[in-house]
Amino acid sequence: MADVFMLSRIQFAANISFHILFPSISIGLVWLLCYFKVRYDLSGHPVWMRAYRFWVKVFALTFAMGVVSGITMSFQFGTNWPGFMEKVGNVAGPLLGYEVLTAFFMEATFLGIMLFAFNKVPSWLHTLATCIVAVGTSLSAFWILSLNSWMQTPAGVEVIDGVVHAKDWMAIIFNPSFPYRLVHMLIASGITASFLVAGLSAYRIYRGDDKKAPRLTLKAGVFMAAILAPLQAFVGDMHGLNTLEHQPQKIAAIEGVWHTEKGAPLVLFGFPDEDTKTTHFALEVPNMASLILTHDPEGELRGLNEFEGEHPPVKPLFFGFRIMVGVGMLMIAVAWFCAWQLWRRDDLSRLGLKALIGMTFSGWVATLAGWYVTEVGRQPYLVSGILRTADAVTDIPPANVGFTLSLYLITYAVLLTAYLRTLFLMARRSVEIEEIQLHERSKQRNFIPRDVNQGV
Amino acid sequence: MFADATLATIFVGLMGLSVLIYAVLDGYDLGVGILLPLENENQKDQMIASIGPFWDANETWLVLAVGLLLIAFPTAHSIILKALYLPASIMLIGLILRGVAFDFRAKVKQTRKATWDKVFKAGSLITSCCQGFMLGMYVMGFEHSLAAYLFSFLSAIGVTMGYAMIGSAWLILKTSGELQLRAIGWARWCGRLAFVGIIGVCIVNPLINDFVLERWTQMPTAFFISAIPALCFILLVLNDRVLNTLPLPQDKGCWLPFMLTVIIFICCFAGLALSFFPWVVPGQLTIWQAASAPDSLRFILWGALIVIPCILAYTIFSYRIFWGKVEDLRYY
Ligand code: HDD
Ligand code: HEM
Ligand code: HEM
Repeated sequence: MADVFMLSRIQFAANISFHILFPSISIGLVWLLCYFKVRYDLSGHPVWMRAYRFWVKVFALTFAMGVVSGITMSFQFGTNWPGFMEKVGNVAGPLLGYEVLTAFFMEATFLGIMLFAFNKVPSWLHTLATCIVAVGTSLSAFWILSLNSWMQTPAGVEVIDGVVHAKDWMAIIFNPSFPYRLVHMLIASGITASFLVAGLSAYRIYRGDDKKAPRLTLKAGVFMAAILAPLQAFVGDMHGLNTLEHQPQKIAAIEGVWHTEKGAPLVLFGFPDEDTKTTHFALEVPNMASLILTHDPEGELRGLNEFEGEHPPVKPLFFGFRIMVGVGMLMIAVAWFCAWQLWRRDDLSRLGLKALIGMTFSGWVATLAGWYVTEVGRQPYLVSGILRTADAVTDIPPANVGFTLSLYLITYAVLLTAYLRTLFLMARRSVEIEEIQLHERSKQRNFIPRDVNQGV
Repeated sequence: MFADATLATIFVGLMGLSVLIYAVLDGYDLGVGILLPLENENQKDQMIASIGPFWDANETWLVLAVGLLLIAFPTAHSIILKALYLPASIMLIGLILRGVAFDFRAKVKQTRKATWDKVFKAGSLITSCCQGFMLGMYVMGFEHSLAAYLFSFLSAIGVTMGYAMIGSAWLILKTSGELQLRAIGWARWCGRLAFVGIIGVCIVNPLINDFVLERWTQMPTAFFISAIPALCFILLVLNDRVLNTLPLPQDKGCWLPFMLTVIIFICCFAGLALSFFPWVVPGQLTIWQAASAPDSLRFILWGALIVIPCILAYTIFSYRIFWGKVEDLRYY
């Protein structure tokens, strides 16, 4: 029988992994929606409204999934990790509180206007509501990532009688790893959303949809991905350097550096073995890891031997990191290939379409892998150096956690299936929708009703 | 600026306020879900349209209430949620099912719309029953006895009735014609059952908790406290009268049942709050014992004082935009 500690960890990981799938789309997608809506307001061309209408439905569905799974998250701290709030509640509480107050209410209220008030309010107000929702989602990422980063690299507090007390709120909010994590995560959701948009639009075109809207959204998605993916690699590199400074044991596990060494090689792939402290079948580039992390081919990297009993498990970090970076490289390749084709002939080959369809949910893979590296890399601590995960766990009967865990897993499996099925169903249905009608174009700038075919 | 002891009082007040707002707002949309008539396609669509723009923001008040409990009284937060582990988890599943069913049913011409409608109704029912059950357990001081469970089951039915009542009052306000007539019928039934339920709570609550009994029988507090159930019963009778005369020509007074129900909710809430203050965990922890560090509370309080008026303002703004009877729910 598994103990309540393991079960609680699995349950937390399951819940947060399910939750993050949806924010990682909605944070990025809503900014794209703002773009579509502003283009509509500027040109009055109904094709932008078509794009908006299709994607706002996807957004509404994603947002709803995010909200309901998020509510579960806020209960988890009390139900499974009572030690967490008792020890660091003075820091975690206000940060979570500010997220609810400044972000959740704003996004939830203006979402209603964004989804259902298009015909009730002037168009600019509707655009404004869309933008406010976008600001709200990003703001909520700001607060929650501030808390998560503080857990990774705590700052600005003192411990009195075993309880953490806040000393300097600025130092807490803008803790050392926060700026990197915030930027990396926001770009990650931008990438996730752009591959989703590009992938589903490619699917529509592949299915024979020759309307203008999917071609426009395809372009928007591909170009956004082509800009963000390389940027992400750059930001990720800086993120890694910062981690080396504050959590060297994490980097040592990621790179598979077992012993402190000078001129460490970059292990492209291999199979780490914690018992023998070696990496089997390692495919290495000599001196490369030292060069990347210390900007000196002979630079010294601290190895796992310096953190005996205090370092995270190696395998999940080693593989998780390689999955993230591998998918990231693949993203750059696909996005640039498609962007180049679109640039040259304003059209995509069958191959390009297929690649994009295959990459539709690649953002999820990289995001999840990245989060696993980050969170597992913090173990055995829940708050680095302050609170061990094992000391925070609840003492309720394991059977109860086992029961709820299975309940959650079943629910999530059903919902994820329904979500994916609905997205593709929506894409297929929209193929049959008729071309833009004359009356829809009445608001278009400089539109002359005679030129029905111009610019459709 | 704020003394340490008053901080705890302020925060318990804020928390109470957000629980109350939650009960009213999510109460009506849960109620609409509970009442959903599975056999009538048109009425289903209208009912769901009436809550479409609001349900998400309504649920956020629950997040705020739990958040405030966690911010201000972290120890109480873990005691309460640990004691209520199973009902709370099942409630969350209910909330999840309900929230997504709402969206799935509307996104595309679904082959499975009828199934999602059932899920929506079941999710609403699970949520409200669990909330009622949790309230019952809380009132009984998390005791594990047959009597406590029986009381909690009654409380589950009571809260569900209460939500159905405010849900039907909302429908009277937002719809017309046949559906409105139906809603009037529902409201009447729920009102009568609520009457019985409230009497039950008034009798049981002082009998189990000594400090409650003391408060309800000792002068002068007893005088104020007993005014609350009295007011409650008068309002319920009045509400029944009003429902008998509705609908009036030009739909006059269609807002009356909703307003009366809200006042009844406030009365019930005030009754409970006055019985238990200053306990956060009845009989175990007072708000002062459970409060977290004053500096942290001050830090969040300043934010709350600035932000909450803004939240109220744009909430009112959104209700104004969607004022009047429901129209078709269309995604744009
Ligand atoms: C980087 C972003 C991010 C991360 C790491 C998390 N969330 Fe989240 N969350 C969001 C980004 C987000 C969001 C974009 O703001 C959501 C998604 C869709 C939505 O409605 O808002 C959201 C929704 C959401 C909601 C519902 C909000 C509402 O009622 O409108 C709650 C209660 C939480 N989250 C709580 C959490 C907790 C307790 C987390 C950590 C343990 C967490 N989230 C991780
Ligand atoms: C910012 C908000 C977050 C907070 C406060 C948080 C907090 C926690 C806590 C309390 C645990 C349980 C202790 C443990 O099992 O190690 C944990 C573990 C975990 N979290 Fe997070 N987390 C956050 C964000 C995320 C996100 C967004 C993900 C994305 C998927 C994630 C993935 C995980 C995983 C996979 C574990 C399990 C690690 C393990 O079992 O070794 N976390 N985190
Ligand atoms: C291609 C080069 C990339 C590099 C060098 C890189 C680097 C990193 C590093 C070092 C971390 C761990 C930081 C820590 O735990 O302290 C991390 C985390 C993360 N990565 Fe990446 N990354 C890359 C690509 C991507 C891509 C393409 C995505 C998603 C679309 C992504 C999403 C994430 C997420 C969500 C996290 C966890 C949150 C965080 O700590 O920021 N990464 N990345």
